[in-house]
Amino acid sequence: MPNSTDKNALTDLTVAEIRDGFRGGAFSAREVAEAFNANVAAAKALNAFIVETPEKALEAADAADRAKAAGEALKPLAGVPIGMKDLFCTEGVQTTAASHMLEGFTPTYESTVSKKLWDAGAGMLGKLNLDQFAMGSSNETSYFGNVISPWKRKGGDNAALAPGGSSGGSSAAIAARLCPAATGTDTGGSIRQPAAFTGISGIKPTYGRCSRWGIVAFASSLDQAGPMARTVRDNAILLESMAGFDPKDSTSLDLEVPRWEAGLSSDLRGRKVGIPKEYRPDGLNAEIAALWDRGIEWLKDAGAEVVEVSLPHTQYALPTYYIIAPAEASSNLARYDGVRYGQRDLPDGAGLQDMYAATRAAGFGPEVKRRIMIGTYVLSAGFYDAYYTQAQKVRALIARDFELAFEKCDLLLTPTAPSASFALGEKQADPLAMYLNDVFTVPASLAGLPAMAVPGGLDAQGLPLGLQIIGRALDEQSVLNAGLAIEERAGFAARPEKWW
Amino acid sequence: MSIDLQTVKKIASLSRISVSDAEAQAMVPELNNILGWVEQLGEVDVTGVQPMTAVIPNHQRLREDAVTDGDVRDKVLANAPQAEHGFFAVPKVIE
Repeated sequence: MPNSTDKNALTDLTVAEIRDGFRGGAFSAREVAEAFNANVAAAKALNAFIVETPEKALEAADAADRAKAAGEALKPLAGVPIGMKDLFCTEGVQTTAASHMLEGFTPTYESTVSKKLWDAGAGMLGKLNLDQFAMGSSNETSYFGNVISPWKRKGGDNAALAPGGSSGGSSAAIAARLCPAATGTDTGGSIRQPAAFTGISGIKPTYGRCSRWGIVAFASSLDQAGPMARTVRDNAILLESMAGFDPKDSTSLDLEVPRWEAGLSSDLRGRKVGIPKEYRPDGLNAEIAALWDRGIEWLKDAGAEVVEVSLPHTQYALPTYYIIAPAEASSNLARYDGVRYGQRDLPDGAGLQDMYAATRAAGFGPEVKRRIMIGTYVLSAGFYDAYYTQAQKVRALIARDFELAFEKCDLLLTPTAPSASFALGEKQADPLAMYLNDVFTVPASLAGLPAMAVPGGLDAQGLPLGLQIIGRALDEQSVLNAGLAIEERAGFAARPEKWW
Repeated sequence: MSIDLQTVKKIASLSRISVSDAEAQAMVPELNNILGWVEQLGEVDVTGVQPMTAVIPNHQRLREDAVTDGDVRDKVLANAPQAEHGFFAVPKVIE
Protein backbone atom coordinates (compact mmCIF):
# COMPACT_ATOMS: atom_id res chain seq x y z
CA MET A 1 0.00 0.00 0.00
CA PRO A 2 1.27 3.47 -0.79
CA ASN A 3 2.18 6.01 1.79
CA SER A 4 -0.96 8.00 2.55
CA THR A 5 0.70 11.28 1.59
CA ASP A 6 1.59 10.14 -1.92
CA LYS A 7 -1.35 11.42 -3.96
CA ASN A 8 -0.07 10.09 -7.28
CA ALA A 9 0.15 6.61 -5.86
CA LEU A 10 -3.47 6.82 -4.69
CA THR A 11 -4.73 7.55 -8.20
CA ASP A 12 -2.74 4.59 -9.54
CA LEU A 13 -4.73 2.19 -7.37
CA THR A 14 -7.40 -0.11 -8.69
CA VAL A 15 -10.93 -0.20 -7.29
CA ALA A 16 -10.09 -3.35 -5.31
CA GLU A 17 -6.93 -1.74 -3.90
CA ILE A 18 -8.80 1.43 -2.91
CA ARG A 19 -11.58 -0.57 -1.28
CA ASP A 20 -9.20 -2.83 0.62
CA GLY A 21 -6.68 -0.10 1.50
CA PHE A 22 -9.43 2.10 2.90
CA ARG A 23 -10.79 -0.78 4.94
CA GLY A 24 -7.34 -1.67 6.22
CA GLY A 25 -6.64 1.90 7.29
CA ALA A 26 -3.81 2.59 4.81
CA PHE A 27 -5.52 5.87 3.83
CA SER A 28 -8.80 7.66 4.32
CA ALA A 29 -11.60 7.84 1.76
CA ARG A 30 -11.20 11.63 1.78
CA GLU A 31 -7.55 11.35 0.76
CA VAL A 32 -8.57 9.19 -2.19
CA ALA A 33 -11.36 11.53 -3.28
CA GLU A 34 -9.09 14.57 -2.98
CA ALA A 35 -6.40 12.90 -5.06
CA PHE A 36 -8.82 12.04 -7.88
CA ASN A 37 -10.53 15.45 -7.67
CA ALA A 38 -7.12 17.04 -8.17
CA ASN A 39 -6.40 14.88 -11.21
CA VAL A 40 -9.80 15.71 -12.71
CA ALA A 41 -9.28 19.43 -12.16
CA ALA A 42 -5.85 19.28 -13.81
CA ALA A 43 -6.97 17.40 -16.93
CA LYS A 44 -9.17 19.95 -18.73
CA ALA A 45 -7.15 19.35 -21.90
CA LEU A 46 -8.69 15.88 -22.23
CA ASN A 47 -12.26 17.29 -22.05
CA ALA A 48 -13.35 14.01 -20.46
CA PHE A 49 -15.89 15.58 -18.11
CA ILE A 50 -18.92 17.69 -18.98
CA VAL A 51 -19.64 18.44 -15.32
CA GLU A 52 -17.22 17.97 -12.42
CA THR A 53 -18.72 17.17 -9.03
CA PRO A 54 -15.81 17.19 -6.55
CA GLU A 55 -18.23 17.95 -3.71
CA LYS A 56 -20.17 14.74 -4.41
CA ALA A 57 -16.97 12.70 -4.30
CA LEU A 58 -15.99 14.30 -0.98
CA GLU A 59 -19.47 13.85 0.48
CA ALA A 60 -19.43 10.09 -0.22
CA ALA A 61 -15.85 9.85 1.05
CA ASP A 62 -16.70 11.61 4.29
CA ALA A 63 -19.69 9.32 4.78
CA ALA A 64 -17.36 6.33 4.32
CA ASP A 65 -14.80 7.75 6.74
CA ARG A 66 -17.49 8.43 9.34
CA ALA A 67 -18.94 4.93 8.96
CA LYS A 68 -15.49 3.45 9.41
CA ALA A 69 -14.74 5.60 12.48
CA ALA A 70 -18.08 4.56 14.01
CA GLY A 71 -17.27 0.90 13.41
CA GLU A 72 -20.30 0.45 11.12
CA ALA A 73 -20.46 -2.22 8.44
CA LEU A 74 -18.91 -0.73 5.31
CA LYS A 75 -20.72 -0.68 1.98
CA PRO A 76 -19.17 -2.66 -0.90
CA LEU A 77 -17.84 0.44 -2.69
CA ALA A 78 -17.17 2.57 0.40
CA GLY A 79 -14.27 4.91 -0.30
CA VAL A 80 -14.34 4.41 -4.08
CA PRO A 81 -14.94 7.47 -6.29
CA ILE A 82 -16.08 6.84 -9.88
CA GLY A 83 -16.99 8.70 -13.05
CA MET A 84 -20.58 8.61 -14.38
CA LYS A 85 -21.23 8.66 -18.12
CA ASP A 86 -23.47 11.64 -18.85
CA LEU A 87 -26.15 9.36 -20.23
CA PHE A 88 -27.29 8.34 -16.71
CA CYS A 89 -29.81 10.70 -15.15
CA THR A 90 -28.44 12.06 -11.88
CA GLU A 91 -30.78 13.90 -9.57
CA GLY A 92 -29.86 17.57 -9.29
CA VAL A 93 -26.86 17.25 -11.63
CA GLN A 94 -27.14 18.29 -15.29
CA THR A 95 -27.58 15.31 -17.64
CA THR A 96 -27.11 16.11 -21.32
CA ALA A 97 -26.28 12.93 -23.29
CA ALA A 98 -23.63 15.31 -24.70
CA SER A 99 -26.37 17.10 -26.65
CA HIS A 100 -27.42 20.71 -27.00
CA MET A 101 -31.00 19.40 -26.82
CA LEU A 102 -30.58 18.48 -23.15
CA GLU A 103 -28.22 21.27 -22.17
CA GLY A 104 -29.35 22.48 -18.76
CA PHE A 105 -31.60 19.46 -18.15
CA THR A 106 -31.41 18.69 -14.44
CA PRO A 107 -33.17 15.42 -13.63
CA THR A 108 -35.48 15.29 -10.64
CA TYR A 109 -34.80 11.57 -10.32
CA GLU A 110 -31.83 9.19 -10.27
CA SER A 111 -31.22 6.38 -12.76
CA THR A 112 -31.45 2.91 -11.22
CA VAL A 113 -27.84 1.99 -12.04
CA SER A 114 -26.36 5.21 -10.64
CA LYS A 115 -28.55 4.94 -7.54
CA LYS A 116 -27.34 1.40 -6.95
CA LEU A 117 -23.74 2.60 -7.17
CA TRP A 118 -24.32 5.46 -4.71
CA ASP A 119 -26.21 3.11 -2.40
CA ALA A 120 -23.16 0.83 -2.55
CA GLY A 121 -21.05 3.70 -1.23
CA ALA A 122 -19.42 4.98 -4.42
CA GLY A 123 -18.90 8.73 -4.86
CA MET A 124 -19.32 10.73 -8.06
CA LEU A 125 -16.33 12.61 -9.51
CA GLY A 126 -18.40 14.03 -12.35
CA LYS A 127 -20.40 13.43 -15.51
CA LEU A 128 -18.32 12.04 -18.35
CA ASN A 129 -18.40 13.25 -21.93
CA LEU A 130 -19.61 10.92 -24.70
CA ASP A 131 -20.78 10.89 -28.28
CA GLN A 132 -24.05 12.78 -28.63
CA PHE A 133 -26.91 10.49 -27.53
CA ALA A 134 -24.25 7.73 -27.53
CA MET A 135 -24.15 7.81 -31.35
CA GLY A 136 -20.55 7.60 -32.50
CA SER A 137 -17.32 5.64 -32.26
CA SER A 138 -14.77 8.40 -31.68
CA ASN A 139 -16.38 10.88 -29.29
CA GLU A 140 -16.43 13.48 -32.05
CA THR A 141 -20.20 14.02 -32.03
CA SER A 142 -20.43 15.56 -28.54
CA TYR A 143 -21.94 19.04 -28.43
CA PHE A 144 -19.40 19.77 -25.69
CA GLY A 145 -16.39 19.06 -27.86
CA ASN A 146 -14.17 16.08 -28.58
CA VAL A 147 -12.69 14.00 -25.81
CA ILE A 148 -8.94 13.69 -26.45
CA SER A 149 -7.32 10.35 -25.74
CA PRO A 150 -4.47 10.54 -23.23
CA TRP A 151 -2.50 8.26 -25.58
CA LYS A 152 -0.13 9.56 -28.26
CA ARG A 153 1.57 7.71 -31.07
CA LYS A 154 5.23 7.19 -30.26
CA GLY A 155 7.97 8.95 -32.16
CA GLY A 156 6.84 12.52 -31.55
CA ASP A 157 3.60 12.35 -33.56
CA ASN A 158 1.49 14.86 -31.70
CA ALA A 159 -1.85 14.07 -33.40
CA ALA A 160 -4.85 14.16 -31.04
CA LEU A 161 -6.26 10.63 -30.97
CA ALA A 162 -9.77 9.32 -30.50
CA PRO A 163 -10.58 7.72 -27.12
CA GLY A 164 -13.22 5.61 -28.88
CA GLY A 165 -16.94 6.02 -28.47
CA SER A 166 -19.47 6.42 -27.38
CA SER A 167 -18.07 6.01 -23.82
CA GLY A 168 -14.99 8.08 -24.72
CA GLY A 169 -15.01 10.28 -21.63
CA SER A 170 -15.11 7.15 -19.49
CA SER A 171 -12.23 5.45 -21.32
CA ALA A 172 -10.03 8.55 -21.43
CA ALA A 173 -10.63 9.37 -17.76
CA ILE A 174 -9.75 5.87 -16.59
CA ALA A 175 -6.64 5.59 -18.77
CA ALA A 176 -5.48 9.02 -17.55
CA ARG A 177 -6.06 8.10 -13.88
CA LEU A 178 -8.81 10.68 -13.41
CA CYS A 179 -11.01 7.95 -11.96
CA PRO A 180 -10.36 4.31 -11.07
CA ALA A 181 -13.56 3.17 -12.81
CA ALA A 182 -16.57 4.56 -14.59
CA THR A 183 -19.93 3.58 -15.97
CA GLY A 184 -20.40 3.05 -19.67
CA THR A 185 -23.27 2.05 -21.88
CA ASP A 186 -22.98 -0.23 -24.87
CA THR A 187 -25.45 -0.34 -27.76
CA GLY A 188 -23.15 -1.70 -30.48
CA GLY A 189 -19.72 -1.58 -28.83
CA SER A 190 -19.70 1.69 -26.88
CA ILE A 191 -18.02 0.14 -23.83
CA ARG A 192 -15.73 -2.33 -25.57
CA GLN A 193 -14.30 -0.26 -28.43
CA PRO A 194 -13.29 2.72 -26.24
CA ALA A 195 -11.82 0.30 -23.70
CA ALA A 196 -9.71 -1.24 -26.47
CA PHE A 197 -8.60 2.18 -27.75
CA THR A 198 -7.33 3.26 -24.32
CA GLY A 199 -5.85 0.05 -22.89
CA ILE A 200 -8.48 -0.64 -20.24
CA SER A 201 -11.17 -3.28 -19.66
CA GLY A 202 -14.93 -3.09 -19.88
CA ILE A 203 -17.84 -5.50 -19.92
CA LYS A 204 -21.24 -5.29 -21.53
CA PRO A 205 -23.35 -7.74 -19.52
CA THR A 206 -26.22 -9.81 -20.86
CA TYR A 207 -29.10 -7.63 -22.09
CA GLY A 208 -31.42 -7.15 -19.12
CA ARG A 209 -28.81 -7.51 -16.34
CA CYS A 210 -28.61 -3.76 -15.71
CA SER A 211 -31.74 -1.64 -15.57
CA ARG A 212 -32.15 0.86 -18.38
CA TRP A 213 -34.40 3.04 -16.22
CA GLY A 214 -33.09 6.60 -16.14
CA ILE A 215 -30.52 6.06 -18.89
CA VAL A 216 -31.15 8.38 -21.85
CA ALA A 217 -32.47 5.91 -24.43
CA PHE A 218 -30.79 5.31 -27.79
CA ALA A 219 -31.85 1.86 -29.09
CA SER A 220 -33.81 0.14 -26.37
CA SER A 221 -33.45 -3.47 -27.56
CA LEU A 222 -29.65 -3.05 -27.55
CA ASP A 223 -28.76 -0.52 -24.82
CA GLN A 224 -27.00 -2.06 -21.83
CA ALA A 225 -25.03 -0.42 -19.04
CA GLY A 226 -21.75 -1.85 -17.83
CA PRO A 227 -18.57 -0.95 -16.00
CA MET A 228 -15.19 0.16 -17.34
CA ALA A 229 -12.01 -0.06 -15.28
CA ARG A 230 -8.35 -1.02 -15.51
CA THR A 231 -8.70 -4.61 -14.30
CA VAL A 232 -11.08 -7.51 -14.77
CA ARG A 233 -11.55 -7.77 -11.00
CA ASP A 234 -12.65 -4.13 -10.84
CA ASN A 235 -15.20 -4.78 -13.57
CA ALA A 236 -16.58 -7.71 -11.57
CA ILE A 237 -16.81 -5.55 -8.43
CA LEU A 238 -18.61 -2.71 -10.20
CA LEU A 239 -20.96 -4.95 -12.14
CA GLU A 240 -22.15 -6.62 -8.93
CA SER A 241 -23.33 -3.24 -7.70
CA MET A 242 -24.84 -2.14 -11.04
CA ALA A 243 -26.81 -5.27 -11.96
CA GLY A 244 -30.08 -6.51 -10.55
CA PHE A 245 -33.80 -6.67 -11.14
CA ASP A 246 -35.71 -3.42 -11.53
CA PRO A 247 -39.49 -3.45 -11.89
CA LYS A 248 -39.25 -0.06 -13.61
CA ASP A 249 -37.58 -1.64 -16.68
CA SER A 250 -39.85 -4.13 -18.45
CA THR A 251 -36.83 -5.94 -19.95
CA SER A 252 -34.97 -6.21 -16.64
CA LEU A 253 -34.11 -9.81 -15.75
CA ASP A 254 -35.58 -11.01 -12.47
CA LEU A 255 -32.51 -13.00 -11.43
CA GLU A 256 -30.12 -13.04 -8.50
CA VAL A 257 -26.90 -11.13 -9.11
CA PRO A 258 -24.02 -13.63 -9.05
CA ARG A 259 -21.01 -13.02 -6.82
CA TRP A 260 -18.77 -12.43 -9.82
CA GLU A 261 -15.74 -11.23 -7.88
CA ALA A 262 -15.75 -14.24 -5.56
CA GLY A 263 -16.17 -16.48 -8.60
CA LEU A 264 -13.09 -15.17 -10.45
CA SER A 265 -10.73 -17.92 -11.58
CA SER A 266 -8.27 -17.90 -14.46
CA ASP A 267 -8.14 -21.71 -14.54
CA LEU A 268 -9.82 -22.53 -17.86
CA ARG A 269 -9.25 -26.29 -17.84
CA GLY A 270 -12.24 -28.03 -19.34
CA ARG A 271 -13.43 -24.89 -21.13
CA LYS A 272 -13.70 -24.68 -24.89
CA VAL A 273 -12.99 -21.41 -26.65
CA GLY A 274 -14.31 -20.91 -30.17
CA ILE A 275 -12.49 -18.86 -32.78
CA PRO A 276 -15.04 -17.59 -35.30
CA LYS A 277 -13.47 -17.81 -38.72
CA GLU A 278 -15.63 -14.99 -40.14
CA TYR A 279 -13.89 -12.53 -37.79
CA ARG A 280 -10.67 -12.97 -39.77
CA PRO A 281 -11.56 -11.29 -43.08
CA ASP A 282 -9.04 -10.71 -45.83
CA GLY A 283 -7.19 -7.54 -45.04
CA LEU A 284 -7.50 -7.84 -41.27
CA ASN A 285 -4.85 -5.59 -39.71
CA ALA A 286 -1.73 -7.80 -39.29
CA GLU A 287 -0.98 -6.58 -35.78
CA ILE A 288 -4.57 -7.28 -34.69
CA ALA A 289 -4.35 -10.76 -36.23
CA ALA A 290 -1.04 -11.39 -34.41
CA LEU A 291 -2.53 -10.26 -31.08
CA TRP A 292 -5.49 -12.55 -31.64
CA ASP A 293 -3.07 -15.45 -32.16
CA ARG A 294 -1.29 -14.56 -28.92
CA GLY A 295 -4.68 -14.48 -27.19
CA ILE A 296 -5.37 -18.00 -28.43
CA GLU A 297 -2.05 -19.16 -26.95
CA TRP A 298 -2.79 -17.42 -23.64
CA LEU A 299 -6.14 -19.17 -23.32
CA LYS A 300 -4.55 -22.53 -24.19
CA ASP A 301 -1.93 -21.84 -21.54
CA ALA A 302 -4.77 -21.27 -19.06
CA GLY A 303 -6.04 -24.76 -19.86
CA ALA A 304 -8.71 -24.04 -22.46
CA GLU A 305 -9.23 -26.09 -25.58
CA VAL A 306 -9.47 -23.97 -28.71
CA VAL A 307 -11.80 -24.88 -31.58
CA GLU A 308 -12.71 -23.16 -34.82
CA VAL A 309 -16.37 -22.19 -35.15
CA SER A 310 -18.46 -20.47 -37.79
CA LEU A 311 -20.86 -17.54 -37.40
CA PRO A 312 -22.01 -17.44 -41.02
CA HIS A 313 -24.17 -14.29 -40.82
CA THR A 314 -21.41 -12.11 -39.32
CA GLN A 315 -21.10 -9.93 -42.41
CA TYR A 316 -24.74 -8.91 -42.09
CA ALA A 317 -24.48 -7.79 -38.47
CA LEU A 318 -23.45 -4.20 -39.15
CA PRO A 319 -26.12 -3.45 -41.79
CA THR A 320 -28.70 -5.11 -39.51
CA TYR A 321 -27.56 -2.90 -36.64
CA TYR A 322 -27.72 0.22 -38.80
CA ILE A 323 -31.37 -0.46 -39.53
CA ILE A 324 -32.49 -1.53 -36.06
CA ALA A 325 -30.56 1.03 -34.00
CA PRO A 326 -31.65 4.07 -36.06
CA ALA A 327 -35.24 2.75 -36.18
CA GLU A 328 -35.37 2.53 -32.40
CA ALA A 329 -33.54 5.85 -32.06
CA SER A 330 -36.03 7.64 -34.31
CA SER A 331 -38.80 6.43 -32.03
CA ASN A 332 -36.98 7.11 -28.73
CA LEU A 333 -35.80 10.55 -29.74
CA ALA A 334 -39.31 11.63 -30.75
CA ARG A 335 -39.68 12.69 -27.10
CA TYR A 336 -37.48 15.75 -27.68
CA ASP A 337 -40.24 18.11 -28.71
CA GLY A 338 -39.34 21.32 -26.91
CA VAL A 339 -42.35 20.96 -24.64
CA ARG A 340 -41.49 18.89 -21.59
CA TYR A 341 -37.74 19.28 -21.12
CA GLY A 342 -34.66 20.36 -22.97
CA GLN A 343 -34.24 23.09 -25.52
CA ARG A 344 -37.04 24.92 -27.29
CA ASP A 345 -36.63 26.94 -30.44
CA LEU A 346 -39.73 29.00 -31.14
CA PRO A 347 -39.35 31.17 -34.22
CA ASP A 348 -41.51 34.30 -34.33
CA GLY A 349 -45.09 33.44 -35.12
CA ALA A 350 -44.37 29.71 -35.24
CA GLY A 351 -47.05 27.15 -34.56
CA LEU A 352 -46.60 23.87 -32.72
CA GLN A 353 -45.34 21.86 -35.70
CA ASP A 354 -42.84 24.59 -36.65
CA MET A 355 -41.64 24.66 -33.06
CA TYR A 356 -41.00 20.92 -33.08
CA ALA A 357 -39.04 21.11 -36.33
CA ALA A 358 -37.03 24.17 -35.31
CA THR A 359 -36.29 22.75 -31.86
CA ARG A 360 -35.05 19.46 -33.28
CA ALA A 361 -33.03 21.16 -36.02
CA ALA A 362 -31.23 23.28 -33.44
CA GLY A 363 -30.97 20.67 -30.69
CA PHE A 364 -29.57 17.65 -32.55
CA GLY A 365 -26.13 17.32 -34.13
CA PRO A 366 -25.60 16.03 -37.69
CA GLU A 367 -25.00 12.35 -36.77
CA VAL A 368 -28.11 12.26 -34.57
CA LYS A 369 -30.21 13.81 -37.35
CA ARG A 370 -28.77 11.33 -39.84
CA ARG A 371 -29.75 8.37 -37.67
CA ILE A 372 -33.21 9.70 -36.86
CA MET A 373 -33.85 10.18 -40.58
CA ILE A 374 -32.53 6.74 -41.53
CA GLY A 375 -34.74 5.28 -38.81
CA THR A 376 -37.76 7.26 -39.93
CA TYR A 377 -37.24 6.09 -43.50
CA VAL A 378 -36.88 2.38 -42.71
CA LEU A 379 -40.01 2.51 -40.56
CA SER A 380 -42.08 4.50 -43.04
CA ALA A 381 -45.06 3.10 -44.92
CA GLY A 382 -44.00 0.98 -47.86
CA PHE A 383 -40.46 0.38 -46.63
CA TYR A 384 -41.05 -1.16 -43.20
CA ASP A 385 -41.03 -4.78 -44.34
CA ALA A 386 -38.16 -4.45 -46.79
CA TYR A 387 -35.89 -2.86 -44.21
CA TYR A 388 -37.05 -3.23 -40.64
CA THR A 389 -38.79 -6.62 -40.71
CA GLN A 390 -35.98 -8.04 -42.85
CA ALA A 391 -33.42 -6.75 -40.32
CA GLN A 392 -35.34 -8.31 -37.44
CA LYS A 393 -35.28 -11.63 -39.28
CA VAL A 394 -31.55 -11.41 -40.00
CA ARG A 395 -31.05 -10.50 -36.36
CA ALA A 396 -32.73 -13.79 -35.44
CA LEU A 397 -30.29 -15.60 -37.74
CA ILE A 398 -27.32 -13.84 -36.15
CA ALA A 399 -28.53 -14.88 -32.69
CA ARG A 400 -28.99 -18.44 -33.97
CA ASP A 401 -25.40 -18.46 -35.26
CA PHE A 402 -24.23 -17.85 -31.69
CA GLU A 403 -26.55 -20.52 -30.29
CA LEU A 404 -25.15 -23.09 -32.69
CA ALA A 405 -21.56 -22.03 -31.99
CA PHE A 406 -22.16 -22.37 -28.25
CA GLU A 407 -23.08 -26.01 -28.79
CA LYS A 408 -19.40 -26.50 -29.65
CA CYS A 409 -17.73 -24.10 -27.22
CA ASP A 410 -18.26 -22.09 -24.03
CA LEU A 411 -16.72 -18.79 -25.09
CA LEU A 412 -15.61 -16.92 -28.18
CA LEU A 413 -12.36 -14.99 -28.59
CA THR A 414 -12.13 -12.20 -31.18
CA PRO A 415 -10.41 -8.85 -31.62
CA THR A 416 -12.33 -5.93 -30.10
CA ALA A 417 -11.88 -3.41 -32.90
CA PRO A 418 -10.44 -3.60 -36.43
CA SER A 419 -7.76 -1.00 -35.71
CA ALA A 420 -6.01 0.90 -32.94
CA SER A 421 -7.17 4.42 -32.12
CA PHE A 422 -7.11 6.83 -35.05
CA ALA A 423 -6.56 10.57 -35.20
CA LEU A 424 -9.52 12.84 -34.54
CA GLY A 425 -10.99 14.01 -37.83
CA GLU A 426 -9.55 11.07 -39.76
CA LYS A 427 -12.84 9.19 -40.25
CA GLN A 428 -15.39 11.87 -39.59
CA ALA A 429 -16.08 12.73 -43.19
CA ASP A 430 -17.36 9.25 -44.01
CA PRO A 431 -20.13 7.91 -41.75
CA LEU A 432 -19.77 4.40 -43.19
CA ALA A 433 -16.03 4.21 -42.43
CA MET A 434 -16.84 5.21 -38.86
CA TYR A 435 -19.59 2.58 -38.56
CA LEU A 436 -17.08 -0.16 -39.51
CA ASN A 437 -15.32 0.35 -36.16
CA ASP A 438 -18.04 -1.71 -34.55
CA VAL A 439 -17.74 -4.70 -36.89
CA PHE A 440 -16.53 -7.07 -34.14
CA THR A 441 -18.68 -5.74 -31.30
CA VAL A 442 -22.09 -5.37 -32.93
CA PRO A 443 -22.93 -9.09 -33.39
CA ALA A 444 -22.88 -9.83 -29.64
CA SER A 445 -25.03 -6.73 -29.07
CA LEU A 446 -27.63 -7.92 -31.56
CA ALA A 447 -27.73 -11.27 -29.76
CA GLY A 448 -27.84 -9.68 -26.27
CA LEU A 449 -24.77 -11.64 -25.14
CA PRO A 450 -22.23 -10.68 -22.47
CA ALA A 451 -18.97 -9.48 -24.01
CA MET A 452 -15.83 -7.98 -22.60
CA ALA A 453 -12.80 -6.11 -23.88
CA VAL A 454 -9.40 -6.61 -22.25
CA PRO A 455 -6.12 -5.00 -23.31
CA GLY A 456 -3.67 -7.37 -24.98
CA GLY A 457 -0.69 -5.25 -25.98
CA LEU A 458 0.58 -2.26 -27.93
CA ASP A 459 0.93 -1.96 -31.69
CA ALA A 460 3.99 -0.64 -33.50
CA GLN A 461 2.76 2.93 -33.00
CA GLY A 462 2.67 2.34 -29.23
CA LEU A 463 -1.13 2.28 -29.07
CA PRO A 464 -3.25 -0.26 -27.15
CA LEU A 465 -5.06 -3.14 -28.84
CA GLY A 466 -7.81 -5.16 -27.22
CA LEU A 467 -9.24 -8.66 -27.30
CA GLN A 468 -12.92 -9.45 -26.95
CA ILE A 469 -14.47 -12.40 -25.14
CA ILE A 470 -18.11 -13.25 -25.84
CA GLY A 471 -20.07 -15.64 -23.63
CA ARG A 472 -23.40 -17.37 -23.44
CA ALA A 473 -26.36 -15.36 -22.20
CA LEU A 474 -26.09 -14.87 -18.39
CA ASP A 475 -22.59 -16.37 -18.27
CA GLU A 476 -20.69 -13.21 -17.36
CA GLN A 477 -18.61 -15.33 -14.99
CA SER A 478 -16.95 -17.30 -17.77
CA VAL A 479 -16.36 -14.10 -19.73
CA LEU A 480 -14.70 -12.45 -16.72
CA ASN A 481 -12.65 -15.56 -16.01
CA ALA A 482 -11.29 -15.76 -19.55
CA GLY A 483 -10.63 -12.02 -19.35
CA LEU A 484 -8.64 -12.62 -16.18
CA ALA A 485 -6.65 -15.40 -17.85
CA ILE A 486 -5.71 -13.01 -20.66
CA GLU A 487 -4.98 -10.16 -18.26
CA GLU A 488 -2.59 -12.32 -16.21
CA ARG A 489 -0.72 -13.48 -19.30
CA ALA A 490 -0.71 -10.25 -21.32
CA GLY A 491 0.78 -8.40 -18.37
CA PHE A 492 -0.44 -5.15 -19.90
CA ALA A 493 1.17 -2.39 -17.83
CA ALA A 494 1.54 0.35 -20.44
CA ARG A 495 0.03 3.73 -19.61
CA PRO A 496 -0.12 7.01 -21.46
CA GLU A 497 2.68 9.43 -20.71
CA LYS A 498 1.22 12.52 -19.06
CA TRP A 499 1.09 15.53 -21.43
CA TRP A 500 -2.16 17.16 -20.32
CA MET B 1 -33.74 1.91 -54.34
CA SER B 2 -32.34 5.39 -54.29
CA ILE B 3 -33.77 8.46 -52.66
CA ASP B 4 -33.97 11.94 -54.10
CA LEU B 5 -34.20 15.46 -52.72
CA GLN B 6 -37.98 15.27 -52.39
CA THR B 7 -37.74 12.07 -50.38
CA VAL B 8 -35.12 13.56 -48.07
CA LYS B 9 -37.41 16.52 -47.45
CA LYS B 10 -40.31 14.18 -46.76
CA ILE B 11 -38.23 12.13 -44.28
CA ALA B 12 -37.11 15.34 -42.57
CA SER B 13 -40.70 16.44 -42.30
CA LEU B 14 -41.80 13.07 -40.86
CA SER B 15 -38.87 13.34 -38.43
CA ARG B 16 -39.96 16.88 -37.44
CA ILE B 17 -36.52 18.27 -38.25
CA SER B 18 -36.41 21.42 -40.34
CA VAL B 19 -33.71 21.33 -43.02
CA SER B 20 -32.64 23.97 -45.50
CA ASP B 21 -32.46 23.12 -49.20
CA ALA B 22 -28.67 23.01 -48.96
CA GLU B 23 -28.78 20.65 -45.98
CA ALA B 24 -31.29 18.39 -47.69
CA GLN B 25 -29.15 18.38 -50.85
CA ALA B 26 -26.09 17.34 -48.82
CA MET B 27 -28.04 14.52 -47.20
CA VAL B 28 -29.07 12.92 -50.49
CA PRO B 29 -25.71 11.18 -51.18
CA GLU B 30 -25.10 10.51 -47.47
CA LEU B 31 -28.39 8.74 -46.93
CA ASN B 32 -28.12 6.93 -50.26
CA ASN B 33 -24.69 5.58 -49.29
CA ILE B 34 -25.98 4.24 -46.00
CA LEU B 35 -29.22 2.85 -47.44
CA GLY B 36 -27.36 1.30 -50.38
CA TRP B 37 -25.07 -0.44 -47.92
CA VAL B 38 -27.84 -1.80 -45.66
CA GLU B 39 -29.74 -3.08 -48.69
CA GLN B 40 -27.34 -6.04 -48.84
CA LEU B 41 -29.62 -7.59 -46.21
CA GLY B 42 -32.07 -8.29 -49.03
CA GLU B 43 -29.83 -11.12 -50.25
CA VAL B 44 -30.20 -13.11 -46.98
CA ASP B 45 -32.59 -16.05 -47.22
CA VAL B 46 -35.00 -15.56 -44.35
CA THR B 47 -37.58 -18.14 -45.41
CA GLY B 48 -39.44 -19.34 -42.35
CA VAL B 49 -37.54 -17.07 -39.96
CA GLN B 50 -39.59 -15.18 -37.39
CA PRO B 51 -38.50 -11.56 -36.80
CA MET B 52 -36.71 -11.27 -33.49
CA THR B 53 -38.57 -9.27 -30.90
CA ALA B 54 -36.70 -10.14 -27.69
CA VAL B 55 -33.02 -11.07 -27.46
CA ILE B 56 -33.22 -12.75 -24.07
CA PRO B 57 -36.32 -14.83 -23.31
CA ASN B 58 -38.24 -12.94 -20.66
CA HIS B 59 -41.85 -12.98 -19.63
CA GLN B 60 -44.02 -9.91 -19.43
CA ARG B 61 -44.75 -9.28 -15.79
CA LEU B 62 -48.03 -8.12 -14.34
CA ARG B 63 -47.91 -5.71 -11.46
CA GLU B 64 -50.48 -5.04 -8.85
CA ASP B 65 -53.03 -2.51 -10.09
CA ALA B 66 -52.15 0.08 -7.51
CA VAL B 67 -51.04 3.71 -7.54
CA THR B 68 -47.31 3.74 -6.90
CA ASP B 69 -46.32 7.11 -8.26
CA GLY B 70 -47.65 10.58 -8.82
CA ASP B 71 -48.23 13.82 -6.94
CA VAL B 72 -45.00 15.18 -8.39
CA ARG B 73 -46.38 17.88 -10.65
CA ASP B 74 -43.70 20.41 -9.89
CA LYS B 75 -40.94 17.86 -10.47
CA VAL B 76 -42.46 16.93 -13.82
CA LEU B 77 -42.62 20.58 -14.84
CA ALA B 78 -39.22 21.50 -13.40
CA ASN B 79 -37.37 21.17 -16.73
CA ALA B 80 -40.08 22.51 -19.04
CA PRO B 81 -38.93 25.30 -21.35
CA GLN B 82 -42.20 27.03 -20.47
CA ALA B 83 -44.66 26.07 -17.74
CA GLU B 84 -47.64 28.16 -16.64
CA HIS B 85 -50.29 27.59 -13.96
CA GLY B 86 -49.08 24.04 -13.41
CA PHE B 87 -49.18 23.10 -17.10
CA PHE B 88 -46.76 22.74 -19.98
CA ALA B 89 -47.18 25.75 -22.24
CA VAL B 90 -47.07 25.50 -26.05
CA PRO B 91 -47.79 27.95 -28.87
CA LYS B 92 -51.44 28.50 -29.66
CA VAL B 93 -52.80 25.49 -31.57
CA ILE B 94 -56.45 26.51 -31.99
CA GLU B 95 -57.44 29.80 -33.57
